[in-house]
Amino acid sequence: MAASERTTGTPQPIGFSRTTIGRIGTVLRWIALFIAVVLFLLPFYLILRNALSTEADITAPDWTLFPSDLQWGNISQLFNDTEVPIARALYNSAVVGILGTAGQLLLASMAGYGLARIPYRHADKIFYAIVATLMIPAAVTFIPSFIVVSSLGWVSSLRGLIIPTLFSGFAAFLFRQYFLGFPKELEEAARVDGAGYFGVFWRIVVPNSLPFFAALAAITFIGNWNSFLWPLVIGQDSSSWTIQVAMSTFVTAQTINIHELFMAVAVSILPLVLIFAFLQRYLIQGVTQSGIKD
Amino acid sequence: MSASVKTATDAATTGERRRPKRHKGIAGNSLSFWLFVGPFVVGLLVFSYLPIIWSLILSFFEAYNTATPSKFVGLQNYVDMLTDHNFLSSLGTFTIFAVFIVPLTFVLSLALALLVNQVKIARSFFRSVFFLPTACSYVVASLIWRLSIFNGVRFGLANTVLGWFGIDNIAWLSTVDPPWYWLPLVTVRLWLQLGFYMILFIAGLQRISPALYEAAYVDGANPGWQVFRYITLPQLRATSVAVLILNLIAAYQAFDEFYNLIGNVNYARPPLVYLYGISLGSIQDLGHGSAGALILAVIIMLVTLLQSRIFGFGKAGD
Repeated sequence: MAASERTTGTPQPIGFSRTTIGRIGTVLRWIALFIAVVLFLLPFYLILRNALSTEADITAPDWTLFPSDLQWGNISQLFNDTEVPIARALYNSAVVGILGTAGQLLLASMAGYGLARIPYRHADKIFYAIVATLMIPAAVTFIPSFIVVSSLGWVSSLRGLIIPTLFSGFAAFLFRQYFLGFPKELEEAARVDGAGYFGVFWRIVVPNSLPFFAALAAITFIGNWNSFLWPLVIGQDSSSWTIQVAMSTFVTAQTINIHELFMAVAVSILPLVLIFAFLQRYLIQGVTQSGIKD
Repeated sequence: MSASVKTATDAATTGERRRPKRHKGIAGNSLSFWLFVGPFVVGLLVFSYLPIIWSLILSFFEAYNTATPSKFVGLQNYVDMLTDHNFLSSLGTFTIFAVFIVPLTFVLSLALALLVNQVKIARSFFRSVFFLPTACSYVVASLIWRLSIFNGVRFGLANTVLGWFGIDNIAWLSTVDPPWYWLPLVTVRLWLQLGFYMILFIAGLQRISPALYEAAYVDGANPGWQVFRYITLPQLRATSVAVLILNLIAAYQAFDEFYNLIGNVNYARPPLVYLYGISLGSIQDLGHGSAGALILAVIIMLVTLLQSRIFGFGKAGD
């Protein structure tokens, strides 16, 4: 954060000055940027175009740049399709996204605070036991985790979707590092006033750490909303599909309504595009602080 | 601190209560500690440690459709997996994938970061555009790629563009010779992850002291390549190592785009798709699946360690 503030007004790498070579370089850079922008936005254009087209428009042999007749009716058609329970899937994703994020932050922040601030003779050993789980590649554990969850009887349930994902060693690690750097004076002042660890944590530390929480929350929510492998493993019947599983099943179904599917895609990315629009500052902080997404 | 702990434990073990106040303070601490850390540790034991141990046990048993097997087979599952042509070829698929994706991601995300960082107007617009695909899931991107860009028929965007030049349709996802399917597989991941690594590189670039560039300018360094080669690149060492390692680990765990773009086919099947198929498909072969998962975990850990050793992760810490 400090780094970015410091460098906002920094002179950029001195170069491509007033020489001809410099000018050609600048032009080439702008061309490269322009091509990159077109390529990066192209898929978003396809989502919008296909979501608002008729099937005939999409499959026509000649490319239609944009449908002349916008098919807003595709939205109601999508939600009325009885083969794919899209409303239910969106609900499941929202619950998984919100509860999963809240639970993960609560557990990891408390663990991180305990490890950073409460003296306890085995704290080191517990910290190492948490960090050790970072060595294990997350996706490799989906088979054994499925075994545990199925023996708990949690297959095809929201519990099964959410609870096993709540215990992120990485988040606990990040919180510990963050709290180690939290100004101790603030906490000590509260302790002198007689507050215990619990009171200090909730009344002093958390309210003063909201940007850090926001950054991790934004990243965690996106990760939860977009995750696919675990919901695919757990969601064995359609009532427990998340939106990602529902769309994936949609595409492998016998008959694909391509315009309907793209409307589903548009609906599914809407919450995240909103997060990107309004919380991008936190997101970028979160990415640079954690250096990892999922 | 350690001295007072010792006193307290001594007091506790001998039953002496000469310093009850101190003792209470320590007991209060450990109670608070467990209130804060306990729930997390319990969850980690149940959902991280228990599965791994269980999986290790299962890998020594014949376990079809059961998580509580009785027939011990020793190392047979490991021998089977290491001689299983399909498993080995899935490791080969991964290797080809990594050879494409890791260098391409590195070079292109660094290039984007340099471009965005040198722009003087609308910088945050460009940064947002390149970062925006991070909002999309692999499922979403795979659907766009599969149904609208590389669908292999005339109305797909790729074939439409080829059609303008009079080139015939290409069945992108099912053509094995030449292996066109790599084009959608690699580009979909590039689109999704370049912006993320670009953000890491931009952060790295902004940490470089402007004084270094000024010094290079004074010394008459060529502002293009020389400055990049002798100042920017060495200063980005820590970020570069992080990008390479994160990227390679992520590539090992590729699942979503393979599953959604081409499914469980033998010509392009990464390890996780194969393991998913054998352990959670029609025959739930958890013994072989567990053995395969553990082999994969060991490979990932070894490669990560090796890569850290080669690039000197310890030296580059910041």
